[in-house]
Amino acid sequence: MTIPVALLKKKATFKRDPERVPEDFHEELFRLEEEGEWLVDRVTGPYVEVPTKYGRPKKVPKGHLWHHKSCGQCGHIPGYSTSIFWVMRKLGYDYNDPRDQTSCTAWNYYASATSNAAAQAAVALRNFAAAKETGYFPLIHCGTSYGHYKEVREELILYPELRAEVRKVLAKLGKELVMPEEIVHYSEWFYAMRDEIASEQKRDMKGIAVTVHPACHYYKLVEGDAIYDPDIYGGQRTAIVTGLAEALGAEVRSYSTWFDCCGFGFRHILVQRDFTRSFATMRKIEVMKEEADPDVVLTHDTGCVTTLDKSQFAAKAHGRNVGVPVMSEAQFAALSMGAHPYKVCQLHWHSADYRPLLEKMGIDWEKAWAEFEAEVKRLERGEVEFLTWDDVDA
Amino acid sequence: MATASALLKLDAAAGFDDVSYEEKARLFDEVRADLRYPEYLYGCYECGICVAACPSARFYDFSPRRIAQAAAREDVELVYQQMQEDIWECSQCFSCLRCPRGNNPGGVITIMREVAVNNGLASARQALEGYSRIIYKIMSTGTQVSPDMLQPDAFPDWGPEVKDVSDNLALWRKALPPETLHTTSTGWDVDPRTLTELYVIWFETGALEMIKEVDEGLYTILEEIMEERLEEEGITP
Repeated sequence: MTIPVALLKKKATFKRDPERVPEDFHEELFRLEEEGEWLVDRVTGPYVEVPTKYGRPKKVPKGHLWHHKSCGQCGHIPGYSTSIFWVMRKLGYDYNDPRDQTSCTAWNYYASATSNAAAQAAVALRNFAAAKETGYFPLIHCGTSYGHYKEVREELILYPELRAEVRKVLAKLGKELVMPEEIVHYSEWFYAMRDEIASEQKRDMKGIAVTVHPACHYYKLVEGDAIYDPDIYGGQRTAIVTGLAEALGAEVRSYSTWFDCCGFGFRHILVQRDFTRSFATMRKIEVMKEEADPDVVLTHDTGCVTTLDKSQFAAKAHGRNVGVPVMSEAQFAALSMGAHPYKVCQLHWHSADYRPLLEKMGIDWEKAWAEFEAEVKRLERGEVEFLTWDDVDA
Repeated sequence: MATASALLKLDAAAGFDDVSYEEKARLFDEVRADLRYPEYLYGCYECGICVAACPSARFYDFSPRRIAQAAAREDVELVYQQMQEDIWECSQCFSCLRCPRGNNPGGVITIMREVAVNNGLASARQALEGYSRIIYKIMSTGTQVSPDMLQPDAFPDWGPEVKDVSDNLALWRKALPPETLHTTSTGWDVDPRTLTELYVIWFETGALEMIKEVDEGLYTILEEIMEERLEEEGITP
């Protein structure tokens, strides 16, 4: 039996007890700046205020963003990154896609622990300093980078000895300590911009049933930054992804294991995938199928898309109840705005069969694939070196 | 009936008799000396909320509650056993932050893992077997996973699309409109100066040195690559 989100809305709304609201980290952030400990990279230019878990409004800049890319997205799900850029371009917001950026290295840290608090903080602050040098404000693509950077911020606020160590390292690079006023995840930008995105919609998502997997590192790690909206799930779950999917007209269906992790496990996905496959199948995909029967699973993090998508092939061979496409809400939003499923959303890098979903959206995937292959032939013949943004919209 | 492995996890059967109590206590002291530790552990109600939320607890003989309890009780023997047997089962999802007492069992495990790596414990060496190429990739290139890792023999369980990607990799990367994504051996095109700065970070913070304890061969390779580049830039690590 499916559980419509509308029913959840009738449940009691989460009300914050003012006595139990944690302190706003901004007080410490600006105090440390006054004391000369670091520079705060402020949000300038137009922004949208979004509600967070404890009611604090968070500023999400609309444009002039420095895209802190995700190694897992760029490496294995490139349509994820491409869709983020494509939507931003379509809405007319400028951005910077830097080469002066490293991975946050947190996937490795959570997998192998072959690093330490000082190294992790130095990597984060090197990237933040690089962003500030360009004048663009950082937008974090990966959920784990976002969660980890919030952890780093918390640690640097708490421990003067860590700040001193990181300052020494960054001085060797000729860089100052820089901390952004807000650490912003790309999915928060999509949430904040959902009405603008919907206003540019070319494909109707009515009739598309969606389940949402909220990413652990988005809302469990340093929870106070995550978006919670009283109008979505009564403020009892993070509103991220769901708010966008609803704005696009999709039907979001709930399921009982929404709080469960996807099973990624960081080291498990790479070297112990029996755990990852089992968890993703038995605690996520099968439960979604049985309780909500979605047309697509939407999520907003690198590891979650990878895990939920790639785990289904082996599970299917074992006769499990799987078989539902998985993508980021950025790809879903891009599709709704008329993006090409292969040239922009790069769905051929995904494993679970997405073709029935495209058909339901009214997309002729056979024609679209032929168009993509024709472009690849041009590349093969050396007629063009790379495809450009103009090419993918042609 | 309790399984044999569960029985082995009883306090009385912590094992590792060949390791002295003093050595186990030294390692626990290293865990407790981490500056984050006081913020990660406040005590345990034994409510089990962390276990209910934990993905690893569903498929392994693993419990974040036992981690928090052992540390809070300062049970040197059990903490050592957990460093050898349990900590690498954690998914590091931090669902256990649901703890009503404010504990962070996942964070305690992060610290325990670091200590296990720094001291070259057998569990760390074993857990990281087959993982060397990932450490190599992230530390030497600044991006953790690369498109060319998608090989059918490495990911046979991910379906035939992996082979399609592998067969068409160079062309499909050129078909990506962002100019930074035309790479095959890194996630994106990282500026050489950026990489130099990353190497300085690995040297200065002791992160590179940590590799020596778990994989000496990998350490030597990484050290050579990084020293060569830093030398070219006139930087002495």
